[in-house]
Amino acid sequence: MSLALQTFSTVKDANAALQAAGTRYLGGGTLVVRAANEGDVSTSSLVRVTDPGLSQIAVAGGNVGLGASVTMAAIASHPELAALAPAACAVGGPAIRNMATVGGNLFAPAPYGDFAVALLALGATVVNEDGETPIETFLANRDTSRAIVTTVGFALPGAESFRFLKVSRVKPKGVSVLSIAALLELAADGTVVSARIALGCMADRPIRATAAEKALLGCKLTPREIAPALAAAGEGIAPITDPIASAWYRTEVLPVHLGRLLSN
Amino acid sequence: MAKVPVQFTLNGSEKAEFIESGTTLLHALRDKIGDTSPKGGCHQGTCGACSVIIDGELRLSCLTLAETCNGADIKTTAGLAEGGVLHPLQRAFLDAFATQCGFCTPGMIMAAKVLLDRTPNPSRDDVVEALSGNICRCTGYEPIIQAVLVAARANSQNAA
Ligand SMILES: Cc1cc2nc3c(=O)[nH]c(=O)nc-3n(C[C@H](O)[C@H](O)[C@H](O)COP(=O)(O)OP(=O)(O)OC[C@H]3O[C@@H](n4cnc5c(N)ncnc54)[C@H](O)[C@@H]3O)c2cc1C
Ligand code: FES
Ligand code: FES
Repeated sequence: MSLALQTFSTVKDANAALQAAGTRYLGGGTLVVRAANEGDVSTSSLVRVTDPGLSQIAVAGGNVGLGASVTMAAIASHPELAALAPAACAVGGPAIRNMATVGGNLFAPAPYGDFAVALLALGATVVNEDGETPIETFLANRDTSRAIVTTVGFALPGAESFRFLKVSRVKPKGVSVLSIAALLELAADGTVVSARIALGCMADRPIRATAAEKALLGCKLTPREIAPALAAAGEGIAPITDPIASAWYRTEVLPVHLGRLLSN
Repeated sequence: MAKVPVQFTLNGSEKAEFIESGTTLLHALRDKIGDTSPKGGCHQGTCGACSVIIDGELRLSCLTLAETCNGADIKTTAGLAEGGVLHPLQRAFLDAFATQCGFCTPGMIMAAKVLLDRTPNPSRDDVVEALSGNICRCTGYEPIIQAVLVAARANSQNAA
């Protein structure tokens, strides 16, 4: 492995250094260093930032700001982020969770990116030097984005409105067959007023299940009423095939697991 | 490749080395410093054999660049025995036949140590969760889980 690491105290200086060819940002390193160990020579130089602000978690007025260097373990143990703990705990084993960052998860290709699935359902905003970007736009353009992500922001969901499910074959820490996150607002009588559903492993990156979201509006979360939403969940998906599951298998089991997540 | 200075505490001793930039902590510990207790199994983050404790947290030394550890407190299995007496976890792994080829053992012990430091009386599920990032190809895991539970009981009896 031939890698050189450059350390900066500010994001601004690091962003300038990142413009050089063959240079990549180092978050927790669980994907970047792994790639280098595997013999990937496309990266010759890594850049990191030591600004402690990047590791801060801010919860105020119902809004959350997660620094890009915040780890999955930090989220899982934060008393005010209990609603997000299942999504953070879905990422790898204990050592991986101590290293894996929010910023890195946004760039992780399927079958990874479980926490990014949660952030997509939450309608998060991704902040870098270009300003604030809705997460959908960010994910669509992430392959060409070279700017360092500094923060993600979103409204803290109530425990009742946010649901997350990861399906894996090896328990407790195997990679995803699929993951699903749902942000649901229900009226007093239990009717769905708004729904955001995000899927992992149903494309090369987290995607929205927009047809299922629409079909859920006005429904109660009973097996009969959610059936059209489950039937619509496969619209627009292109699941990955990997050693864990084929695209066919992922397509077949998606409605089953979405049904389990939605049914009370 | 440029050499960079790295300084950290390893099992209570100060270490200062010049290493090639981009060197993993696993490589620095084993090949430069001579602590061969962390094992290089997969170098991919999957097996956990290289697990060490950095500033109280379990981490994978194969995915950690040594120069990011400046000023850190690093613990490896090599530092556990005191005055020639094995740590209760090491003793329990031997007594419970939790070690066969032994390759996974240092990583397992580090993962178990972090658990027992925080949760002195863990449940079986706690142990399974704590070891879930560590692969053993020999034991079938049950003796390892039992060893950690035995070490926890020994610890709580010592404390009582
Ligand atoms: C054994 C193992 C198991 C895993 N299991 C899971 C799992 O179950 N679920 C899951 O989701 N993931 C899993 N992962 C993948 C990975 O650990 C996580 O996705 C993690 O969140 C990636 O974050 P990182 O900080 O380590 O990324 P890094 O490896 O540091 O970076 C990944 C990519 O993101 C870029 N990047 C990182 N931070 C920023 C930033 N702030 N701004 C701009 N670019 C940035 C890097 O340049 C790089 O291209 C696993 C990995 C391993 C090795
Ligand atoms: S060698 Fe580090 S996890 Fe396998
Ligand atoms: S004892 Fe051989 S790998 Fe665990």
